[in-house]
Amino acid sequence: MSSRRSRSRQSSSSRITEEQINDLVSKLQSLLPEARIRSNDRVSAAKVLQETCNYIRGLHREVDDLSERLSELLATTDMSSAQAAIIRSLLM
Amino acid sequence: MTATGSPGNPNPNLSKPMLVHHFLRALARVNRAAPKQSHARRSRRIRCAAYASMAAAAGPGRRWSRVLLRRLRSSPSSHRRRISVRVARPPRIATASSRVETLRRLVPGGRSLGYCSLLEETADYVRWLDAQVQLMQSLVDFFSS
Repeated sequence: MSSRRSRSRQSSSSRITEEQINDLVSKLQSLLPEARIRSNDRVSAAKVLQETCNYIRGLHREVDDLSERLSELLATTDMSSAQAAIIRSLLM
Repeated sequence: MTATGSPGNPNPNLSKPMLVHHFLRALARVNRAAPKQSHARRSRRIRCAAYASMAAAAGPGRRWSRVLLRRLRSSPSSHRRRISVRVARPPRIATASSRVETLRRLVPGGRSLGYCSLLEETADYVRWLDAQVQLMQSLVDFFSS
């Protein structure tokens, strides 16, 4: 079994500053889609955390749904011949 | 390459080509191995492939990706529950908020992280999750056309 020690990623001083936390919260806020939080407003950390949780749950659900749809679609597809075309269309 | 997080790094590289590579390979494997499998089983395998690809593409530099890779490599088909070993936790800021606890449950490996690290891991996880969902949507669109 692994004996990993969790190291928190922070600056060399052991004190976590308010500013560091605010920066991280802003970074999270910037990742949320526009519809959830108006990015011009300064919202509370609590709100950002709330919306982040909702957003993650939504993304998990989308992974589930899209997995189902892909499963249906793949049943009738020959992946090997489709692959090159997929890659081209996705990366161009 | 691996996105190693440091507090001053705002935009770790998110490699979409790596994501595409891993996921397409996994999809081809699912398709090859089990064309006659039940829809439920196949979609579950695809779902696992999604998280495995995400974690593989993100690399081992993140707690969430390491946790996912470990989780998904140990017989995903069995529903056996892992016995989690409690690790000594770093001293935390007293943010006794249920939202933080919810976030800890939603982000793989979030339980034993300090608050700052949790926020960093969350940002990284959300970015990759977002990219994975976009990729899957593109594939659905592609196969539907």
